[in-house]
Amino acid sequence: MSGRFGALGGSALGFCLVIVAVALAFSVGRFPVNLIDLGTAVWSGVTGQPSGLTPAAEAVIFNIRGPRVLAAILCGSALAVAGAAFQGLFRNPLVSPDILGASSGAALGAITGIFFSLGIVAIQGLAFAGGLVAVALVYVIGSSIRSGDTVLILVLTGVVVGALLGAGVGLLKYLADPYNQLPAMTFWLLGSLAGTDRHDLLPLFGPIALGTAVLLALRWRLNVMSLPEEEARALGLPTGLLRITIVAAATLVTSASVAAAGIIGWVGLIVPHMARFMVGPEFARLIPTTALLGGGYLLLIDTLARSMAQVEIPLGILTAVIGTPAFIWLLTSARKSWS
Amino acid sequence: MKLTRRSLLAASAGLLAMPHVARAATVVDAAGRSVTVPERVERVFPAGPPAAITHYTLQPRTLLGWPRANRAPELAFLDPEVGARPELGRLTGRGNTTNLEVLLQLKPNLIFDIGSTARTFVETADRVQAQTGIPYALLDGRFDKIAESYRLHGQLVGEVPRANELANYCEDIVRTCQSRVATVPAEKRPRVYYARGPRGLDTALGGSINIETIEFMGAANVAGQTRGGLASVSLEQVLAWDPEVIITIDQDFAANVRSDPSWAGVKAVRDGRVHLSPKMPFGWVDFPPSVNRMPGLIWLGTLLYPNLFAENLTELTRDFYTRFYHRTPTEQQIASVLEGRG
Repeated sequence: MSGRFGALGGSALGFCLVIVAVALAFSVGRFPVNLIDLGTAVWSGVTGQPSGLTPAAEAVIFNIRGPRVLAAILCGSALAVAGAAFQGLFRNPLVSPDILGASSGAALGAITGIFFSLGIVAIQGLAFAGGLVAVALVYVIGSSIRSGDTVLILVLTGVVVGALLGAGVGLLKYLADPYNQLPAMTFWLLGSLAGTDRHDLLPLFGPIALGTAVLLALRWRLNVMSLPEEEARALGLPTGLLRITIVAAATLVTSASVAAAGIIGWVGLIVPHMARFMVGPEFARLIPTTALLGGGYLLLIDTLARSMAQVEIPLGILTAVIGTPAFIWLLTSARKSWS
Repeated sequence: MKLTRRSLLAASAGLLAMPHVARAATVVDAAGRSVTVPERVERVFPAGPPAAITHYTLQPRTLLGWPRANRAPELAFLDPEVGARPELGRLTGRGNTTNLEVLLQLKPNLIFDIGSTARTFVETADRVQAQTGIPYALLDGRFDKIAESYRLHGQLVGEVPRANELANYCEDIVRTCQSRVATVPAEKRPRVYYARGPRGLDTALGGSINIETIEFMGAANVAGQTRGGLASVSLEQVLAWDPEVIITIDQDFAANVRSDPSWAGVKAVRDGRVHLSPKMPFGWVDFPPSVNRMPGLIWLGTLLYPNLFAENLTELTRDFYTRFYHRTPTEQQIASVLEGRG
C-alpha cells in the first residue's frame, strides 16, 4: 500500500521541512544573527571579500551555529533511517535504533570516558566504539542461540544486553565524583548538541553517509527482508548475510549520532512512522523521506532546545515531550499505514 | 559467672567510665535537633566530603576516614597518616554508599554532616541515629555559616579553642572581602562566566552552591538571571553574554580556550582573563562546598579587583595550608597549586 503522498511528494515535503528548519535555525537563537547575515557570510566566504560582520557573528555562523545545524540534520537523519531499517528488518513497528543495544553501548563508552576524565575526542570515540561493540556482542550471542525465531532471539538478546550495559552505566554514575563527573554524565545521557563544533562534523558525516548509502543500495532487499523469513528465503535471498549487513549499516549511523549528540530517543521511533504514513512502507521511497523528515525534525527540536531559555533544554527531554503525543496521534490516525 | 580478676577489672573500668556517660553533653545542632554526645568523642564518622574536610582541619586524630580515598596528588598536601585513612563512602546527598553494618563496626561516637539542613537530611540523620544508636549531628554548610558551624563543631567534639581559632580566621577573610567588595559600585563589578566541563559549556546558575564564592565576591554571574543549579549553555549564549572574566575548574578547557577560534570573540578570552582555579588538595572555588574555598575568596579578589586585593597568594597558601591542612607545602607545591594543576 502506498501512502498519502507519492514518492516525489514525500521527499519534496521532507526537503521543504529541512529548508524551513534551516531558515528558522538561522533566524532565532541566543546570539543575534539572521538569514541576511548568513547570506553575507557565505557570500564573503565564496568571494573572499570581507563580510563586514563582527568576528563574533562570523564565529557564530561558521563555528557554532552552522556546525550545530548540520550536526542536528545529520543526527536526525541517521536515527530516523536506522529506525526505519530496524523496523523493517524486525517486522515490528515499535522498534527503535537502540533495540540492539547501540545506545546503551555508546552510553557506557561515553560514561567510562567521563569517569576517567578523558578529553572530548576520547569520550566520543569510546561512545562510537561502545555502540558498535555492543551490537556486535548482541549479534554474536543472538546468532549462536539456535532455537526458535532468529529475529525474536536477536531482539531479546538486545534487550538483555542493553539492560546489562545500563547497569554498568548506573554503577559508574554511583561511583562517580558527585561534584564534577556526575553532572557531566547526566547531561551527556540527556542528549545535547550544545558543544558541537566544526571538528565534530567529519566523524559524524563519514559513518552516516556510508551506512545510509549501504541501506539505500539494499532498498529492494529491505522490502523483501520485511516479509516473513520463509518468503524471503523462497525468493532466493541470502537472509543471514543481508541481515548482518543491514544491522551493521544501521548501527554505524546510530553510533555516530549517539557519539556526537548523546542519547536522543523517539526520533528513530516516530519519524519512520510519519514517513510511512506519507509515502507507504516501500523502502526506495521510505529511506529518502525518512532521512529528510528526521533531519528537519531534529533540527526544529534543537532550535527549540537552544533558544527557549538561556540554558539549554536537553534534547532527550524535548523529543520525549513532543514525541509522545505525536506518537499517540499517529497510533490513532494512521493505524493502517503499517502494512 | 565466676569472679575473676579480669571481670573485676572490666567491672571497675565500667564504673570508671560511667561518670563520662553521665556527663554526656546535649548539643542543639543546626537543624534544631538535640544531639547527646559523649564527653570524649574519639571516633568521628563524616557523612560527606565537606564534613570530612572540616573535621580534618579541626581534629584530624579522630577522623575515621574519607568519603573517597585521597589520591596521591591530594595526599601530598595532607598529613600522611590521616590523609591515607580508608574510604568510607557517604551517607548523604545523592544516595548512600555507606553500609550501615560497616558503619557500626567502625564504632563511631559521632556521625556528622555539614551541608543542607533540609528535611531530606534531617530525616536521614534521625533514621540513621535510630538504627545505629550513634548520635548524628547536622551542621549548616552555607558560606556565611562557616564560622558558626566551626564553633558548634568544636562543642560537639570537645575542641572549642581550636574551633574558635579557625572560625576567627574564616571570619577575618569573609569580613575583609565583604568590606572591600562593598566599596565597588555595581557597574564596576566584572561580569563573570563560570565554565565547567571539558568544553567549558556547563555553568552554574544564580544562587547555585557551585558559584557561591564568585557571587559572594560581588561578581555579576552572567548566567545569574536564571536561578538553579548546574546547566548546559551554548557557546552562542556565552558570546551573547560576552563576559569580562572567565573562571574555570577544567584544565583541558583552560588549556584550549585561548587557541580556539570559536571562543576568540569572547572579551575575557581576548583580554587574557581566563583563570583556572586552584584545586589541590581540595577546590578553591567550587567543590567540595567547604572551608577549602576560603583562600579562593582572596584568589578571586586578586583577579576581579586587582587594585583592592594586593595579597601575596604564596604567603596566603602557605599559611592557610599549614593552619588548616596540618602540613606546610613546599614552594614548588604552592606554585603548582596556584597554576591550578590537579
